[in-house]
Order: sequence, then structure tokens, then C-alpha cells
Amino acid sequence: MKIAVNVHLKKGVLDPQGKAVLHALNTLGFKNVENVRVGKQILLDIDTNDKEKAIKEAEKMADELLANPVIENYEIEVKE
Amino acid sequence: MKVGVVVFPGTNCDRDTKWAFEQIGAKADFIWHSEEKLDNYDLVVLPGGFSYGDYLRSGAIARFSPIMKAVSEFANKGGYVLGICNGFQILLESHLLPGAMTRNENLHFISKFHHLKVINNKNKFLQNLNIGDIINIPIAHAEGNYKVDEKTLKKMYDNGQIILKYCDKNGNDLNPNGSVDSIAGICNKNKNVFGLMPHPERAMQSILGGVDGVKMIESFIK
Repeated sequence: MKIAVNVHLKKGVLDPQGKAVLHALNTLGFKNVENVRVGKQILLDIDTNDKEKAIKEAEKMADELLANPVIENYEIEVKE
Repeated sequence: MKVGVVVFPGTNCDRDTKWAFEQIGAKADFIWHSEEKLDNYDLVVLPGGFSYGDYLRSGAIARFSPIMKAVSEFANKGGYVLGICNGFQILLESHLLPGAMTRNENLHFISKFHHLKVINNKNKFLQNLNIGDIINIPIAHAEGNYKVDEKTLKKMYDNGQIILKYCDKNGNDLNPNGSVDSIAGICNKNKNVFGLMPHPERAMQSILGGVDGVKMIESFIK
């Protein structure tokens, strides 16, 4: 089962990468872009067909390693 | 005095750090990250570098190295631990120090001498310096933008855990990386675990640009 863990900096934590990308987009002519946040997606291939179990495991992984709860939030997405 | 310098794959300040401690007469050993036990050290240092290529987040993978369990136990028993640069990031990821690091505000890797102000010296690490002292020590990092929630930050001030801040040569606020309150170095509540982004081990000889690191490196000598 493929599970995606999407990790983003928390609201209120300055995202310098997002700011740089926003600036570049505005320069490119995409003037209507007002805000950009850059996150990361971690794709997990978990050997199980039990969706609930896979989500639970991914949550545990995110809490322990994939995200840093001090500065980051995450959400879990079942891909297939 | 016996100092253990932990080496992770990707650590690159291990030799400078060992050399710095030897300069002041300490005996220093390297400890490979796959070790599971620590000898009787007076101080364990996590030096700078790019442990595990800084994959995922700086320090995030190093935290799970076998040696870190021993380092945590050592710290929890009151042993002195010093994290420099990447070592500081590892201590944050290991929850031995509060807070987290994010990318420098300007996204650049900053490598230069920077002035620092001593905010609190009631601890082993800065005992040879005075509050308000301004020192000049190299920084070299891309992720030194220290973040911590307001409640924890207040507690840290109250406990004297905010020990070093970035400043200009006159002591005025000058923040190179966006770090909250220009914080450059902190310690834990029990004042036996220290983390700082600047590199005192690179300021040990005037020929290398300065000697302001000596008082810090010497501070752990009994």
C-alpha cells in the first residue's frame, strides 16, 4: 500500500524557501500569487493491505521521525 | 580531563574539535557513531558537519545512531554534553535541548566570523566569560534559524538557558540567520547540555583569525 506523508512548516513559522519561490514566481509574471509554502512529500510503500493499519503506522513514523512537531505539521494521504 | 568527540558519517569538524581540546591539555578520543557505550568521559562533544548528509532534517537521522542512546543516558545522569553547529541540531532533534532549527532566513549558507554576546554565564560552559562580553567566533551553517514556542522561550529565559546571542561588534542586535531573539546558543534546564551554532574550535589561535574560542573550550577543565 502506498502512503504519502506530506510535511509542512507550521503556520507562523517563516518559510524562507516559500518566500524565495514566491519572489521568483512574481518575477516570472505570476503576479497574482500571494503566498507560497514549500513542504515535502515522503512516499511510503508499506507491505500491508490493511488501510487503517498502514495509516496508523505512517502516523507513528511521522511522529517519531518524518516530521518535527516543534516546527512542522503533517497529513497522511492514501495513494493506492 | 577526558573528552569524547562523536563522529557520525558526514561529520567534518571532528578533527578540529579534538585538536582544540588537545591544545588546552585535555585527552580527546573519537567515538564512532555505531558504538553503544561511552567510557568515563568528563565531556562528550557532538561536533559540526553534515551527519547523514543532513537528509530529512539536520540531525534527524543522527539522533537514531546507536551512540545517541548512550549520549542521552550520559546527559540524563548529569554528564556534560556540548553540541557545536550540526551537533546542536542533533541535540535539538534528540530532545536533549528544546526547540528546532529551520533554514536561514536568507537561504544562504553563511560562513564568516560573527560577534556574539554573553547573555548568561551561570553555567559551566561560559563560566570564564562575563555577562555582556562580546566575542568573535566563526559561524558556518545553512540551518541556524532557531525556533522555539513563546512559552518555552520564556521558561528558558527564566532558567538562564539563553546563553549566547548574535550581535555586532558593539553589542547591538545583528541577526545573521533569523533566529528567534538572535539566539546563538542555549543550554538545558539542568545546565549540563549545551548547544551553539558558532564554532569555538575554529577560534583557538590568532593565526586562524581569533582566540575567543579558547575560554569556552577551557571551561570544562576541572
